[in-house]
Amino acid sequence: MQYIIIIISAIFVNNIVLAQFLGICPFLGVSKKTSTAIGMAGAVAFVMTLATIVTYLIQYNILVPLNVAYLQTISFILVIAALVQLVEIILKKVSPALYQALGVFLPLITTNCAILGVAILTIQKDFNLMEGVVYAISTAIGFGLALVIFAGLREHLDLMNVPKGLKGTPIALITAGILAMAFMGFSGIV
Amino acid sequence: MNQMKNFTKGFLKENPVFVLLLGMCPTLGVTSSAINGMGMGLATTFVLVMANFVVSLVKSGIPDKVRIPSFIVIIATFVTIVQLTMQAYLPSLYESLGLFIPLIVVNCIVLGRAEAFASKNTVWSSIVDGLGMGLGFTFALTLLGAVREFLGSGKVFGLTIYPEHYGSLIFVLAPGAFIALGYLIALINKLKKA
Repeated sequence: MQYIIIIISAIFVNNIVLAQFLGICPFLGVSKKTSTAIGMAGAVAFVMTLATIVTYLIQYNILVPLNVAYLQTISFILVIAALVQLVEIILKKVSPALYQALGVFLPLITTNCAILGVAILTIQKDFNLMEGVVYAISTAIGFGLALVIFAGLREHLDLMNVPKGLKGTPIALITAGILAMAFMGFSGIV
Repeated sequence: MNQMKNFTKGFLKENPVFVLLLGMCPTLGVTSSAINGMGMGLATTFVLVMANFVVSLVKSGIPDKVRIPSFIVIIATFVTIVQLTMQAYLPSLYESLGLFIPLIVVNCIVLGRAEAFASKNTVWSSIVDGLGMGLGFTFALTLLGAVREFLGSGKVFGLTIYPEHYGSLIFVLAPGAFIALGYLIALINKLKKA
């Protein structure tokens, strides 16, 4: 039961992009076409799950026993950066097809604050490893959902007659605001 | 003259938020009030100035291949300093900024300035650049925070301008952040052209 609550809450109620404002850069940057949005969402899901597992193990097997929890920020970001590099190298060798699909998005992910954010939140919320993994996967699904919906909206927006001053980023932000308003309708479910 | 230009470019011409669209997560996430925006801006400014300072000092000693990880370690060090200092002396601000303090590490502005400016320029102009960019960021966050606080709860910096129940709560909540920033950017675009 608690897994279902985590899943619903991470995807809809506390959507990582629209309610918690993490990962806005890729949300605005790669949302011009639905196909790239799907690629980005896949890459984020992959790295987010891996990063959460690895940082969880580091927190409870290295930082806490050695009593150096204040090194959390610095060690997590290094691990994530290294992990992204590693995933890129392995993927290139093992599965060129998957690398083709996700490759260009991987370097961008290091500075995606959603990854570090979820890693820290998992620790802050006192999840165990299994809950952390479920939380990471459903957060990634929430990110993908918001990204793909937004990309679809923006594709339509290109064909619309937008007032001159609002063209480009301003209208995209206002659209995101209305989308966030729609997602607010889910609050109270959990 | 040149230093002056370095300093002022962050305010309007190359404002990190309104023009370059960098660091959007804290911009939208913490600006539910003017004071939160300002606190976040000043914390980021400190990290920017110190990171630019150290990066420009050690730039010749860092091999090109590992420069990004080295920059990240330098930035993360100063973020940890800010985090611990704030927790000790400004606990209420620390509470309300929450997760966004450690996330200064992945703020694209800080790494962007280290990579694009401090790794190529002298120590002094890197400090000036960091200060200008940081204050430009602070200005943007404070402005957005003030607009949202004013429209949402009728206050600016906690001072009541009009009774709270006339405000529209939506501007303090998540959707208002996107909408207010959208209109602010449109306004700045208009001002820049004029």
